[in-house]
Amino acid sequence: MPDPKLLYDAVVSGDAKSSLAITQQALADGVDPLQLVNDYMVPAMDEVGRRFEANEYFVPELLISARAMKAALEVIRPLLVARGDKPVGRVAIGTVKGDLHDIGKNLVASLLEGGGFEVIDLGVNVPPEKFIEVINTRQANIVAMSALLTTTMPAMRTTIEALKKAGVRDKVKVLIGGAPITQKYADEIGADGYSENAVGAVALAKRAVAA
Amino acid sequence: MHPLLTELLASGPVLTDGAWGTQLQARGLAVGEFPDQWNVDHPERVLEVAQAYVAAGSRVILSNTFGSNRIRLAAHGLESRAVELNRRGAAISKQAAGGVAKVFASMGPTGLLLMSGDVTPEQVLAAFTEQANALAEGGADGLVVETMAEIEEACLAVKAARLTGLPVVACMVFDSGKDKDRTMMGATPEAAAAALVEAGADVVGANCGQGIAGFIPICRRMHAVVKVPIWAKANAGLPEMVDGVASYRTSSDDFASQIPELVKAGASFVGGCCGTSPAFIAAVRKQLLG
Repeated sequence: MPDPKLLYDAVVSGDAKSSLAITQQALADGVDPLQLVNDYMVPAMDEVGRRFEANEYFVPELLISARAMKAALEVIRPLLVARGDKPVGRVAIGTVKGDLHDIGKNLVASLLEGGGFEVIDLGVNVPPEKFIEVINTRQANIVAMSALLTTTMPAMRTTIEALKKAGVRDKVKVLIGGAPITQKYADEIGADGYSENAVGAVALAKRAVAA
Repeated sequence: MHPLLTELLASGPVLTDGAWGTQLQARGLAVGEFPDQWNVDHPERVLEVAQAYVAAGSRVILSNTFGSNRIRLAAHGLESRAVELNRRGAAISKQAAGGVAKVFASMGPTGLLLMSGDVTPEQVLAAFTEQANALAEGGADGLVVETMAEIEEACLAVKAARLTGLPVVACMVFDSGKDKDRTMMGATPEAAAAALVEAGADVVGANCGQGIAGFIPICRRMHAVVKVPIWAKANAGLPEMVDGVASYRTSSDDFASQIPELVKAGASFVGGCCGTSPAFIAAVRKQLLG
């Protein structure tokens, strides 16, 4: 019978097959699903983040670790949902209107899922109305916007203004990121947070829901 | 070395061009509008941009074809126009170049990651082969595989470009890691340069991603491990939004003042990327002549 501690190693090393097998075995042995997430998977993703910050891991390693995390979560999440456990937060994520780039957005979405968030991925070229709809219909409490181009950055401001106009701005934290984005820009347009990279985005989202 | 490169480099470092997107915007390209479409819709305005760089002293100009591989075009529903957009883009630059400058036509990334399985190597190779051939038919003198984040994709583009027999430049974005000396996927300048040369690139280098100061060590490191000429096109720093328009902190003179160091580090094709303009190229020209 595999030791659930091995789940930590499987996620850190990005071994999706082991991650799934260990999770299934642990659940069959009666280990609490939330304990698997909190005691092994979240610490594993923290370690992945630490290695990223230390330049030991780059995007490929993040992707495979997120994939290993996801393999385990796919069997765990239905159990949590069935017994009414709430996700850490519900994120509506998308690349802003006019922008079709999604490599960074997809990476952030995977890592947020790995961090215990429910992620509603709205894709690319997302108009403000789409974010508003998801806040209203699915009770998203974080809006995460991405833009790669300086020419599409202004759509972030437009989206925040649209959220205000729709009366939903106070229901969500707005987090932004993308190559040309800076903290200064985030402050300027009244976003609640900015992260330079995908790892930082998870920490940021956790702070945002705790605040 | 390819005879065209020998000819260009005979008189010292070669001045390339600056950003196109912002120049097109100044001529009316709307936010979110696909720039390459203008090769057909407003060729005279694209020609103006190319001419502005030739007038500023560019000896090599690129083309308005950065996004015209069929994979990226598909996102705009334009994949059936790939050949036309590339041919026209190369031809417009060729017209602007006259007999004065050479056209090294632009080939940007597909926007999909090979490593996450979003696209196959066969699809990428086919898309770049189609683009490279169309650019060659449009009159390109060389091809520039640029702004690449994934070595595998860059190498496939280089392989496709080489089939045309034109000289091939390949450059990647170094914007990751705490010293901003890695690609998004973690490759060092040394690893990227070696892989691109191995794939058949005649010139390797870096573009976009950061300001010009960071390009100096990257060029030095590439120059130390490969024998081919080095290409460098830096941004004018990071953008700041002023009244809803991106503006870059680095002035043309600040940018140009770093050029001697960049050349000393091994760069022999120099120009600018995001935030640069014909004024930057003119300033770099002055610096190179000085």
